[in-house]
Amino acid sequence: MDFLRPLTWDEALAYKAGRPEATPIQGGTDVMVEINLDKGRPAALLDLNPISELTGWSAEGRTVRVGAGVTYSRLIGELGSLLPGLAQAARTVGSPQIRNRGTVAGNLGAASPAGDSHPPLLASGAVVEAESARGRRMIPIGEFYTGVKRNALAPDELIRAVHVPAATGPQYFSKIGTRNAMVIAVCSFAIALHPGERRIGTGIGSAAPTPRRAVAAEEFLAGELDWDGRSALDPGVARRFGELVAEAASPIDDVRGRADYRLHSLSVMARRALGWAWKDYAGRGSA
Amino acid sequence: MRVHIDVNGERLAADDVWEGESLLYVLRERLGLPGAKNACEQGECGSCTVYLDGLPVCACLVAAGQAEGREVVTVEGLASGDDLDQGLDEVQRAFVEAGAVQCGFCTPGLIVQAHSLIESTPQVPEDADIREALAGNLCRCTGYEKIIDAVRLAATRKAQNKAAQKKAPR
Ligand SMILES: Cc1cc2nc3c(=O)[nH]c(=O)nc-3n(C[C@H](O)[C@H](O)[C@H](O)COP(=O)(O)OP(=O)(O)OC[C@H]3O[C@@H](n4cnc5c(N)ncnc54)[C@H](O)[C@@H]3O)c2cc1C
Ligand code: FES
Ligand code: FES
Repeated sequence: MDFLRPLTWDEALAYKAGRPEATPIQGGTDVMVEINLDKGRPAALLDLNPISELTGWSAEGRTVRVGAGVTYSRLIGELGSLLPGLAQAARTVGSPQIRNRGTVAGNLGAASPAGDSHPPLLASGAVVEAESARGRRMIPIGEFYTGVKRNALAPDELIRAVHVPAATGPQYFSKIGTRNAMVIAVCSFAIALHPGERRIGTGIGSAAPTPRRAVAAEEFLAGELDWDGRSALDPGVARRFGELVAEAASPIDDVRGRADYRLHSLSVMARRALGWAWKDYAGRGSA
Repeated sequence: MRVHIDVNGERLAADDVWEGESLLYVLRERLGLPGAKNACEQGECGSCTVYLDGLPVCACLVAAGQAEGREVVTVEGLASGDDLDQGLDEVQRAFVEAGAVQCGFCTPGLIVQAHSLIESTPQVPEDADIREALAGNLCRCTGYEKIIDAVRLAATRKAQNKAAQKKAPR
């Protein structure tokens, strides 16, 4: 095994171009588990830690560009108001020790259907900034997940940053697990209200081969909500929204939960998350 | 490969490090610091918790090469000097006094994690905050109550020490 230690981004791209089989390692919270448990030995590790530019984030217009090295702890501490949905999801990841190392870019690299970043990234319409020595590519999040633990990155590409639109309305993340901490989601759900465009964003986790949106549920709800009057949510609409979210999923039975339980809990989470979001929106009054 | 790490304030070098090796392995097997424990090697138990550049992390999930040139503090580094009674950190002392140690396997990780919580909280943390901070540290023996007692005790003493220092005339 080789240990590659680029000090700059360009060096990292050059290494990856020369050794496309090298495994990038950021927080290591997925990569090291695999190595420790001997589930596969990378030909080489490409350590991205020394590249300090990756640990920064910046607000560019209405979008926040989150560098690939920004940890969950920093997201929680620094981006809670700009990216509330993603920060809420970050709060549920692992333990403090895991959050001090783990990153959204690593979550995207692993592309587990259960990854907690994915639902809020889908709900807010994020874009992945991927780059190789050949050039830069902006991948809309909906096109990023291509299969169970597979993503749209080419072998020579690295994630440089994730561009996440700053919240323009309430956002919520909800996750089912067997305890309150340190759990991989049985299933999860994120909602984002985009009042300016009269649009709803959703993201479903751990209930299909890839994280995905519930498009029919989004469209239904956007048309039913009283965006201007901000009147109380119709319980029938909320229930129907929950049903449509569950219909968008295609879960399996596995060690963490059964498919029918996932469908049921998804519809409940969707209904509740909508309730919290609408309460915030209605409570804020016309701005 | 050779890896240089600042461990507990001292620049150390480890030789013949395998590229896939963890920081935990280097600390325990190559640098003679067996304080951080190896129990799960998958980030689940927290017994390997050490400070990396000031933040508590699972040493089993840091590749040794990633620690090159960085600062690591282990449970050994929290105590000062050779006098075990005088030199212990308040957190270490509190774990002994509160009876928070049974087999002791989880203790080093808990102490580093609790130390970080206390150092980063100005007030004495609420029990809910203590539980949250220790959510990634598993103990098979104590049932956690005495661990939480110990953290509360250490936090209270550290707060008192700080207040006393402020009051003391220069
Ligand atoms: C105890 C424990 C609890 C966990 N709990 C949760 C949880 O609750 N929710 C959750 O979602 N996850 C959880 N995880 C999984 C893991 O922490 C997350 O997936 C995390 O986001 C990974 O980030 P990382 O920086 O550590 O990734 P790494 O392990 O460094 O990398 C992960 C993958 O991404 C690739 N990669 C990393 N950076 C880049 C880049 N810049 N460009 C291209 N590819 C890249 C790597 O090659 C690898 O395939 C847990 C893990 C552990 C050990
Ligand atoms: S040994 Fe590292 S978390 Fe268990
Ligand atoms: S004292 Fe034995 S594991 Fe905690």
